[in-house]
Amino acid sequence: MASRPGMCRQTVRSRMSRSPKLIIAVALATFAGSVALAGGPQEKIAAKTEAKTEAKTEANAPQRFNIGRAPTVEEIRGWDIDVRPDGQGLPAGKGTVAQGEKLFMDNCATCHGEFGEGAGRWPVLAGGKGSLTSDNPVKTVGSYWPYASTLFDYVRHAMPFGSPQSLKVDEYYALVAYVLYLNDIIADQNFELTDKNLATIKMPNESGFIMDDRATSEKAFWQKDPCMKNCIAPVKITGRATAVDVTPEDKDGKPRGVE
Amino acid sequence: MSKDKSLSSAPRASRRGFLTAAGGLAATALASQARAGAGNPANQPPNVPEWTRTLGEGVAVRPYGKPSKFEKDVIRRDVEWLTASRESSVSFTPLHELEGIITPNGLCFERHHGGVAEVDPADHRLMIHGLVERPLLLSLDELKRYPRVNRIHFMECAANSGMEWRGAQLNGCQFTHGMIHCVQYTGVSLRTLLEETGVKPSGKWLLVEGADSASMDRSLPIEKALDDCIIAYKMNGEALYPEQGYPMRLVVPGWQGNLWVKWLRRIEVGDQPWHTREETSKYTDLLPNGKARRFTWAMDPKSVITSPSPQAPIKHGKGFTIVSGLAWSGSGKVKRVDVSLDGGRNWWPARIDGPVLDKALTRFYYEFDWNGEPLLLQSRVQDETGYVQPSKAELRKVRGYNSIYHNNGIQTWHVQANGEVENVEVA
Repeated sequence: MASRPGMCRQTVRSRMSRSPKLIIAVALATFAGSVALAGGPQEKIAAKTEAKTEAKTEANAPQRFNIGRAPTVEEIRGWDIDVRPDGQGLPAGKGTVAQGEKLFMDNCATCHGEFGEGAGRWPVLAGGKGSLTSDNPVKTVGSYWPYASTLFDYVRHAMPFGSPQSLKVDEYYALVAYVLYLNDIIADQNFELTDKNLATIKMPNESGFIMDDRATSEKAFWQKDPCMKNCIAPVKITGRATAVDVTPEDKDGKPRGVE
Repeated sequence: MSKDKSLSSAPRASRRGFLTAAGGLAATALASQARAGAGNPANQPPNVPEWTRTLGEGVAVRPYGKPSKFEKDVIRRDVEWLTASRESSVSFTPLHELEGIITPNGLCFERHHGGVAEVDPADHRLMIHGLVERPLLLSLDELKRYPRVNRIHFMECAANSGMEWRGAQLNGCQFTHGMIHCVQYTGVSLRTLLEETGVKPSGKWLLVEGADSASMDRSLPIEKALDDCIIAYKMNGEALYPEQGYPMRLVVPGWQGNLWVKWLRRIEVGDQPWHTREETSKYTDLLPNGKARRFTWAMDPKSVITSPSPQAPIKHGKGFTIVSGLAWSGSGKVKRVDVSLDGGRNWWPARIDGPVLDKALTRFYYEFDWNGEPLLLQSRVQDETGYVQPSKAELRKVRGYNSIYHNNGIQTWHVQANGEVENVEVA
């Protein structure tokens, strides 16, 4: 903060002291907006209380620049479509496995295959159960993904590839239901996935993840004095990239970029 | 290669001038020599070269400069079989041709998930909302009114060297290590904007999201957001290039490139991580026991010799030889670099030249008299935390072969007696 010019600081201070009532009003209006999105009545009360407390301590807050404006509730709603594992952010909607199957054939199967098996090099969505410790793990929604919310969040904001956010909310529920069905996570074709039940779906590999533990599991990589002389026995070449021969080549047969 | 008329017209004109002067037959012979790479004796001593005897281009013939046409091979390259589409794919920085620590903007590697968004800055908005006192909506011009910071940092894709987990595969440091660049960013400290909006005590995580067709979104812990992150709008002094997130991107020093959200349009403050696709399905590191590490944000200390390397063979034969390379650490500054000529049995300290900056590329050299015998060249970095870059075997002992990301193992180049260089594994 030392880099902020003094003039700016004064301007901000005078503007802040001018209308403390306005600041409280803005803070409350703002919270009304975000609470409307979060939805819970308990949260609403908590937020109001918190807003009042924060408004009182406003005088001790860091200086502000007052550049930019507050987004409206509608502006936030238009962009805020993310979903968390606990279901926060799920839009009202529903869709069945059967509805999803038809949508999948029309919008997804060209790349992902009719059963999520993947066409060509496009991503495989289903299968691979029990393969994570094998030489060639097949990491799919069913074998690897920890949360159903991620599937909804990703498909809704980024799929179909090339025309994202082109389907209706109910259609995305149906598609997610079908992909879960392809992975045997939903067994019933008539199952209807909704904003009420999506967060209750348990994924097979939810417990398959640990926090980054490099600081402990790779402690041996921190050394006081790295070895300089006769560190290991003489080595031999055990693998060659030229034997694999998959590097893009120029016309002369050399790797691209060799002059 | 050169489709740009302004580049080729002047030299062509002067070559015509030469033809008239020297006569057809001799010129043809000389021209074919030039094509063979021996150069053109007519332009060498004692002769006065053609560019001395003719006027060159005037000013502003190239309103935006380009490298010499003789540097046409210094370009980004891709590996077609790596991905299913060019829109969700990667290209590689030509590290073997570069020196110093700053990557030219046009050569910075690309990684897109939905192609390059062509964003009109007049319409672009940055929204900050969620668990904040005062949600904020900013235009680019408004963002530029906040106090600025300038920082030089490397940006490395988590998958850099990922194709090499199972063994030597791609022949060239551009392909094995080129998902990295290092530029000077100018922008606004993320902390400044978070103070402006007033993060509530319950705000522990940020969701950062791009405006491209992938809406790339990631969860970022508040501690990092308040530490050294930047919302950048300039790189190396000029506006971000579209493929690097024009008009604004997130800079997350030392952390995996995927978090550096391009075309940044939204920051939501929440009380827990979102577990988006890019931090569950992707950017999680599978271990031999079937469990996967999540939130492996920091890029470990790493180094590579950029020359000699498979794309930059030794052409001068035996004698004084310069080994040039790059070292970096996502945890701080490079402390030292060692070079081995015998596959890691013996090491010699390298010479670091140029600035040594926090979470930035660092240039090192090792100069020696090459006797013409084959070499197994390696480099090994130690950073200021004491971490010493491990061998690939040491890494695999802990992580197995299927973690895809975070391969910072020591690279070996086999220099052959004829000066050609190959990517190899040794044991």
